[in-house]
Amino acid sequence: MSQGIETPTGKSAFVFSEDFTRYKFAEDHPFNPKRLVMTLELIKQLGLLEEQHLFQPAPATDEDLLRVHDSRYLDAVKRASLPTADPDHFAAWGLGTEDTPIFPGMHDASSLICGGTKLAAELVMSGQYQHALNMAGGLHHAHRAQASGFCVYNDIAVAIAHVREKYDARVVYIDTDAHHGDGVQWLFYEDPNVLTISFHETGKYLYPGTGELTERGEGRGYGYSLNVPLEAFTEDDSWMQAVRDVLVPVLNAFQPDLILHQNGCDAHRFDPLTHLAATTRIYRDMPKLTHQLAHELCEGRWVGVGGGGYDIWRVVPRAWTMLWAEILDAELPEKVPTDWLERWQVQAPFELPTTFLDPVDLFAPIPRRTEITEKNEITVRRALNGTPFLF
Amino acid sequence: MLVESIMTPDVLSVSPDATVQEALEITKKHRIRHLPVLLGGKLTGLISDRDLRDAAHAPETRVEQWMVRDVITCHPLDFVEDAAATIYRNRVGCLPVVSKGQVVGIVSERDILNNLVEMMGVNSPTTRVEVEVPDKPGMLAEIADLLRARRLNASTVMVFPSTTEGYKTLVFRVGTMDPRRFIHDIQNAGYSVVQHPSALDDGEV
Ligand SMILES: [Zn+2]
Ligand SMILES: [Zn+2]
Repeated sequence: MSQGIETPTGKSAFVFSEDFTRYKFAEDHPFNPKRLVMTLELIKQLGLLEEQHLFQPAPATDEDLLRVHDSRYLDAVKRASLPTADPDHFAAWGLGTEDTPIFPGMHDASSLICGGTKLAAELVMSGQYQHALNMAGGLHHAHRAQASGFCVYNDIAVAIAHVREKYDARVVYIDTDAHHGDGVQWLFYEDPNVLTISFHETGKYLYPGTGELTERGEGRGYGYSLNVPLEAFTEDDSWMQAVRDVLVPVLNAFQPDLILHQNGCDAHRFDPLTHLAATTRIYRDMPKLTHQLAHELCEGRWVGVGGGGYDIWRVVPRAWTMLWAEILDAELPEKVPTDWLERWQVQAPFELPTTFLDPVDLFAPIPRRTEITEKNEITVRRALNGTPFLF
Repeated sequence: MLVESIMTPDVLSVSPDATVQEALEITKKHRIRHLPVLLGGKLTGLISDRDLRDAAHAPETRVEQWMVRDVITCHPLDFVEDAAATIYRNRVGCLPVVSKGQVVGIVSERDILNNLVEMMGVNSPTTRVEVEVPDKPGMLAEIADLLRARRLNASTVMVFPSTTEGYKTLVFRVGTMDPRRFIHDIQNAGYSVVQHPSALDDGEV
């Protein structure tokens, strides 16, 4: 890295703005910012958030956004943000569709989230904080000139491009959302200093359809895109085995300066959009692993962002509270606080789980577990075999 | 799609008088499998790297002795699927593309496979939905209407015979992250969505 790093203070930063909830497409849209409010309340209820942790982001500037987005796309998003905009005029940009409808103030809401992830990365790279979280971030599907899969601007790519430019840092991007992290992958596909690793449900039936083993980067970036497409109905043990078996050797070989982890929690069995069969156990174990690797490999420099997660009642608040607790190095109680449960149960269409970890017998085992596990092991082997810098 | 859009236009060739050694060197240097043999610009034969390897014990002999004379060709305006069928039926590895008596290109098995992979593959972020419909007119329009009603855009559509007699399979790649309502619409209209994990709940794929 070109710039010296001060001794980290060991503190953890929580980047948040009330205005994050303005990133909202429609009342019945699956991407629902209420999940942020519910999670924040749960974190506060547990006494895990103090004034010293909180950071308010400024919106990303056009300069920040233009590092990864096309200027014509920026113009289109700005025009689509006007109250008078006609949704039919923006189809070429992936906007005004059922997935990514336009809404007034879309540009401001989206650039604020980008500013949040950029701030989280800046706090960590400047050495002021060891770890930082922006749970509103993680919009990994946004492309250079196209909105996709509920994502307008790619906050992750904006943050990575910022630390590449300012610190010349080698970045590893870990994506454990159930969907392939396609936007981030394509934006850094030819960059050997940004290693993208995505674990996801195979694209056979799931959006966006990409994330094949054979997508490995191009030109100088060949080998620096890694994909681990896992079978539908994959459960905790097989998922965690894949994550561990890939991350430990690959991160050790790559020697990153910063780890940025996207923590979409839509691989849960309850998630309505995907077909994986995990429980909240993986949302305790994955941040633990990333945390450990960050301290072993890059002096703790670790930025967490959110991502997908469409069971906003039974999954997201618990998953991301566990994530923040890990970032903070705080112990969580076994049970979800009663006050929080009472507050939200009245609105919830489901019975809210009362413990952070799902009970072991909550779901019946998947009948084809053995075959699914075997197939995933083969996928992991093939992913590792094709990673040139490992050998 | 037409052959001219997927063929390799700049074709390396040899004359019938060239030696086996010379021809071998060209195939090795340019890593090509087939060389058209031209006499005065006219196609008189085709020699493959396999023929040349068989003749390698006689490197000074002439290509003419070893080449295939009845060469199967195609035209730049042929459909790709016709060229594919020709290659498949005649068990050849490539077809020289001939127009007005001149070789204007060559199309190989690989070019065709590449083209098919691209046509069937994922060229934009999409979800795959496979529907089984009765084999009768209007079915594609029925499902397409459901897409339109949901403002959904399909990036590829494939139609092929189903394994169930009297049915067809339609495969859509749809530009949405959330196909649930589209899938419900299909089911409500009385058709079945096949193989989709959403239609299962226990991993009995
Ligand atoms: Zn730590
Ligand atoms: Zn997702």
